[in-house]
Amino acid sequence: MLSDTDWSAIRLTFELASITTLLLLVIGTPIAWWLARTRSAWKGAIGAVVALPIVLPPTVIGFYLLVAMGPNGPVGQLTQSLGLGVLPFTFAGLVVASVFYSLPFVVQPIQNAFEAIGERPLEVAATLRASPFDTFYSVVLPLARPGYLTATVLGFAHTVGEFGVVLMIGGNIPDKTRVVSVQIYDHVEAMEYAQAHWLAAGMVAFSFLILLALYTLNPTGRRT
Amino acid sequence: MSKRFLSLFASLLVLGFATPLRAAEVQVAVAANFTAPMQKIAADFEKATGHQAKLAFGATGKFYAQIKNGAPFEMLLAADDETPAKLENEGLAVSGSRFTYSIGQLALWSAKPGYVDARGEVLKQGAFDHLAIANPKLAPYGAAAVESLTRLGLLGSVEGKFVQGENIAQTYQFVSTGNAELGFVALSQIVENGKIKSGSAWIVPPGLHSPIRQDAVVLTRGKDNPAAAALVKFLKSDAARTVIKSYGYAL
Repeated sequence: MLSDTDWSAIRLTFELASITTLLLLVIGTPIAWWLARTRSAWKGAIGAVVALPIVLPPTVIGFYLLVAMGPNGPVGQLTQSLGLGVLPFTFAGLVVASVFYSLPFVVQPIQNAFEAIGERPLEVAATLRASPFDTFYSVVLPLARPGYLTATVLGFAHTVGEFGVVLMIGGNIPDKTRVVSVQIYDHVEAMEYAQAHWLAAGMVAFSFLILLALYTLNPTGRRT
Repeated sequence: MSKRFLSLFASLLVLGFATPLRAAEVQVAVAANFTAPMQKIAADFEKATGHQAKLAFGATGKFYAQIKNGAPFEMLLAADDETPAKLENEGLAVSGSRFTYSIGQLALWSAKPGYVDARGEVLKQGAFDHLAIANPKLAPYGAAAVESLTRLGLLGSVEGKFVQGENIAQTYQFVSTGNAELGFVALSQIVENGKIKSGSAWIVPPGLHSPIRQDAVVLTRGKDNPAAAALVKFLKSDAARTVIKSYGYAL
């Protein structure tokens, strides 16, 4: 059924998706908050940048990340001067790419949830002399919980489903950058259709179950 | 209908009759490593015969899957000799139409000038982080690279530094962007008019690996297409062979 390399790809995929989702919740919260509250003229531009990965083909993102993170690119120059080496072909590189690639799937549900709260609960909290942080933890976060659930599930699932970007910057290294989607592609290309089927059917089942769970647990939070 | 439409219609008619009546089109699937020479050959082919070759470039394994599932290709120029033979055995290609159109040459290449020496000693020193190869399971050039490294007794020491491209075009991309210091690519990718275009390279001696024979085959769909027959003939002609050799293929 599944070989050792298949299992290693599955393990790696879940590691990548977990780390990416955690990072995205941390990074995405202030971005979503700013987008939800600001009256700045930059709102449209920043919102558009966050949404870019939805419309750009992964080949474009992968190609630019490869060039930018390479030894001659701006990101590559920075990481080298920090003594980190270059990011392509590393697990850390995949995490950076995935954070960028899955950003809108986390930011947008949280932003929608923040916007749905409106001004009133915040004003009430302020009249009760709650500090802004207190308001955020005691009022905003509980009210935005459906948005966070949607963001977590979509961010995780979208990273698991990532292919083009990983293919272009990963280098297909076992245990480091060979994730399930790449492994399936390899099986298909090598005409190993039986093994491809096991993994591919597993992906379909996993994706269906995770979305089913989301829509059952969170019937109101399905907007993205 | 306006006058302009009528005159457009008339000129289209004239154009239609101006090309020879027997001119036909042939849909060709071409291995990624053969992209550059095939574009040149297709242009020459159209000039010489009036027939048109419509080209699609990609990985041979993918083409195989597509042809098996009814893709409308009439000819395949593969990166290996196994896939055309397999298609013929499965009745998807015209039996007896197989022939070797080129023999690929492997090169160790770096985008940095002076990095790869003329004898490939750089492999033994091992002072690099990443060595790009095409996936040996999928790409004949990758398999040839692994075979050569095995023959040189270096596979064990460099294997941990492999980064794999899904095909030879992606492998080239890893090296050309500098993300891998060096890699095994097709000589045809880095040669123009018999000279290395940029960077530094070592042409791997053909004795270090079994020949990368690239076979072409007429697919069942192209059986009665005169343009397919003409392209086969053209690929075997001296004119086409000169082009093929100028792109760094042995023949």
